Amino acid sequence: MAELKIDVTGETCPVPLVELRKALRKASPGEIVEVVGTHPASKKEIPMAVEALGSELVDVDEKDGIWKIRVRK
Amino acid sequence: MGDDIKKPDKSTIIVHSGDMDKIYSALIVSNGALSMGMEASLFFTFWGLQRLQKGGLEKGPLSKMHFLGLGKWMIKGRMKKANVASLERLLNDFRELGGKVIACEMTMEIMGIDKKDLNQDIIDEYGAVGTYVNEARNSKITLFI
Repeated sequence: MAELKIDVTGETCPVPLVELRKALRKASPGEIVEVVGTHPASKKEIPMAVEALGSELVDVDEKDGIWKIRVRK
Repeated sequence: MGDDIKKPDKSTIIVHSGDMDKIYSALIVSNGALSMGMEASLFFTFWGLQRLQKGGLEKGPLSKMHFLGLGKWMIKGRMKKANVASLERLLNDFRELGGKVIACEMTMEIMGIDKKDLNQDIIDEYGAVGTYVNEARNSKITLFI
């Protein structure tokens, strides 16, 4: 399965949400989008956006302040 | 009801101020709304229109403690340190995600702004109060900034 990766490390509000939205628009249904970032509020808000968009949150990982969120369109 | 296709929620913001920090607020809220699956429009009027002038987007003063540009310069420095996106990037993202920019025609006259002074590439529509009400009546978020 194809996987789209986006890196928003160091970016702040609202860029992580915006970049996820852009990637999800490009992805095909069923495709996984992986977002990597450091902005703390976005780790909480990306799952909120995923729910609002009707996509599926696959998993959320965090290590040393860097989070990785995977979403299935 | 029943078979109706659910229309996405919408956010409509009146951008009355041309202050840099308030333009940030308008664009950040709108981009957040678009990112969370809503539609969004920005209705520029009065001082807000100046930010649609060619080369005018980043030119707004700070709403408080501008101090002849010193305050703005300081805040700009802090924003750079915090890696805050430029207004240009936020506006490009806004438009890429389907956001709509509306310029108020009536106030253009009051402000002495001609269409040819405006950056017409970024304006989707020209309108007056009827356009705003039509956008806002179906909006879950509507703000006056």
